[in-house]
Amino acid sequence: MTDKALAKKLLQQLMEIREFEDKIMDLLAKNIAEGGSHLYAGMEAVAVGVMSQLASDDYITSTHRGHGHAIAKDGDLNALMAEILGKKTGVCKGKGGSLHLADLSKGNLGANGIVAGGLGIATGAGLSMKLQKKDNIVVCFFGDGATNNGIFFECLNMAALWKLPVVYVCENNCYGMSVSVCRASAVEDISKKALAFGIPSETVDGQDVLAVREAAGKWIDYARSGKGPSFIVADTYRYYGHSRSDPRVYRTREEEKLWRDRDPIKLFSTKMMEQGILKEAEIKEIEEVVAKEINEAVEYAINSPFPEPEELYTDLYV
Amino acid sequence: MREITYREALNEALLEEMEKDPNVFLLGEDIAIYGGAYGVTAGLWKKYGDERVLDTPISENAIVGTGLGAALTGMRPVAEIMYIDFIGLCLEQLNNQVAKIRYMFGGKCTVPLTIRTEGGAGRTLGAHHSQSLESWLIHIPGIKVVMPSTPYDAKGLLKASIRENNPVVFIEHKMLYNTKGPVSDEEYVLPIGVADIKREGKDVSLITYSRMTLFCLQAAEILAKEGISVEVVDLRTLLPMDTEAIINTVKKTNKVIIVEEDCKTGGTGAEITAQIMEKAFDYLDAPVVRVAGADVPMPKSPVLEKLAIPDTDSICQAVREILAR
Repeated sequence: MTDKALAKKLLQQLMEIREFEDKIMDLLAKNIAEGGSHLYAGMEAVAVGVMSQLASDDYITSTHRGHGHAIAKDGDLNALMAEILGKKTGVCKGKGGSLHLADLSKGNLGANGIVAGGLGIATGAGLSMKLQKKDNIVVCFFGDGATNNGIFFECLNMAALWKLPVVYVCENNCYGMSVSVCRASAVEDISKKALAFGIPSETVDGQDVLAVREAAGKWIDYARSGKGPSFIVADTYRYYGHSRSDPRVYRTREEEKLWRDRDPIKLFSTKMMEQGILKEAEIKEIEEVVAKEINEAVEYAINSPFPEPEELYTDLYV
Repeated sequence: MREITYREALNEALLEEMEKDPNVFLLGEDIAIYGGAYGVTAGLWKKYGDERVLDTPISENAIVGTGLGAALTGMRPVAEIMYIDFIGLCLEQLNNQVAKIRYMFGGKCTVPLTIRTEGGAGRTLGAHHSQSLESWLIHIPGIKVVMPSTPYDAKGLLKASIRENNPVVFIEHKMLYNTKGPVSDEEYVLPIGVADIKREGKDVSLITYSRMTLFCLQAAEILAKEGISVEVVDLRTLLPMDTEAIINTVKKTNKVIIVEEDCKTGGTGAEITAQIMEKAFDYLDAPVVRVAGADVPMPKSPVLEKLAIPDTDSICQAVREILAR
C-alpha cells in the first residue's frame, strides 16, 4: 500500500520530468535551446521508481537520455535547466550540457555522451564502496543499445566476479537511436544477458512506477546486504524521437499510441485515485506546483548569464 | 648512494605510497600473484592481499573505467595497462571519461587516478608489443603524461603521480626495467612537468625523453671525444611540457635535435618543434632536426627492429650534420 506522502512525491517527480522535457522540446523548437537534447518523456517511471528506493548518498550513473535521472536524484531544477542552456549558473557551470548533467553532491556521477560510457564508472564506484566497506550502493542506468557494447560485458563480469554492490538498470525503450532491439541484439530478451555472468535479472513494466519501485527495492537491498550485482530490465518507451532531428520513420504512429495509452503519469494517477489515496483536486494541485516550478526554472535559465570567456581554461586540472 | 633498478624504484614507489595512504590500491592484469608482466608489482599482493592488489580480467576498458569510478568516490587507484599497445582498447574511457570528466562537470570532481603502462621497442616482440604511442596521449587535454628515463626519476615521479589529484598516464619503457641508477634511501618526490638537464653542453641540444635519453647520453659521450659539447634535455613529462626548459636550451646552443622513439609523422617531436617555432625561432641557427622512429609497424626481426628506432649512431650522425651546416 502506498501512503499519501509517497504517492504525492512520486507523482510530482513524474510530472516534473515530463514538464521539464516538454519545455525543452519547446525551447529547442524556438531555438532558445541550442544543440541537441535526448528527452526522457515517456520513461519517467523508471528513474522515479528506482530513485525512490535510494539513499541520498547512494550513487547513480546516467545516460545520454539523462534529464530524468538527474531530476529524480534530487537535482536542482534551476541548475539543471541552466546547464542545458549552457549557462554559468548550470550545475556544471555550463561546460557539460544535456549530455553531461552531473551532481556529485547528490550522488549523480553523471550523464554520458557515450553509449555504455557510464558502466565503468558505476562498476568502479561499486568497487570503491566495497573497498571502503561503505553501505552505499550504485545504480547504473543504460539503454538497450548499451547491452551490445563491449564494456557492458567487461563490467558485468567484473561486478559478478567481485560481488560489487551495483544494480544495473537497463531502460529498454525498444530502439537504439533508430535500430530496434530485435534488429540489433541476437537475444531479444535482454535480461538473459546477465545470466551468462550468474547475475540475477528481472524484467519489469517500466511504465508502472510502483512495479519499478518494488523491483528496485528488492535488488537495492540485495546489493546493500553484500550479495552482489543484479540486473533489471525496465520495458519502456521514449515519446519523442532519439533527438530533435529524428523523424521517427522506423516506428509507426500506432505503436506510439499503444505506448502513450500506457502513459506512466496517467497510469499512476488513475491508480492512486482508484485506490482513494489521492483525490483529483490533489493531483491538480501537484500539476500546478510543477508547472510553476518548471516555468521558474526556464525563466531562471534564460535570464542567467553565459560563462565568462576566462572560464574556457578553468576546471581542466586541479 | 645505493644503486637500484628502474623496476625496483617503481616497486618502492608503489609500496611507499600504499603504506602512506590506505586509499591507494592497484588493479590490472596479472599484477597480483604474478607480480606484473615486467615484475613491477612483485611482492605487493603478498603484503597487501586481494583488497589492495587486484588481478583483473583482461578488460582494459573496464580497468580504466572502474579506476575512474573508484577515483571519483574516494579512492586513489593505480591501474596498470600491461602494454601501451593495448591502450586502444581503453581509449574510450581514457579520452572521453577520465580526461574530460572534471572539466565537463565544471570542476566539481577530482580524478586522482594513475594509469601505469609500458611501451617501446627492443625485445623483438613485434608490432603489438613494441609501440610508442605517447603522441596520441599528449593530444588529450585533461590528463598528464609522464615518461621517466632513470630509476631516480621513475621513483620520484611515480610517487608524485599517485599523489596527484589529476589523472596521470605514467609510461615506463620495457628496456629500462633492468637499468640501474642511484636512488636515495630517503623519501623524495619529483615535480611533474619539469624537464631535467641530464648533461650540460654548449654546441647542440638533444631534446628527448624515456629510453632515448640513455642513447643521447651515450652519443654525447662519443661526441665529446670529437670535441663536440652536447646538452641532453630529458623532458620527463610530455604533458604538460616544460616549454621553458626547451626555450632555454635553444637559447643556449642555438641548434636542436629532437630524439624520439615514436613514429616521426605526427609524433611528439612535431609538437616540440612547433613549440620552438612559436617561442624560440629567433634563437635557431639551423632548422630543427628530428631523429625519430620509422613510420612503420614495428617489425619482429631484430635487424629491422633496430633500424626502426634511433640509436647512438644515428644520433651522432645527426649531430655531426647539424654542426656541419
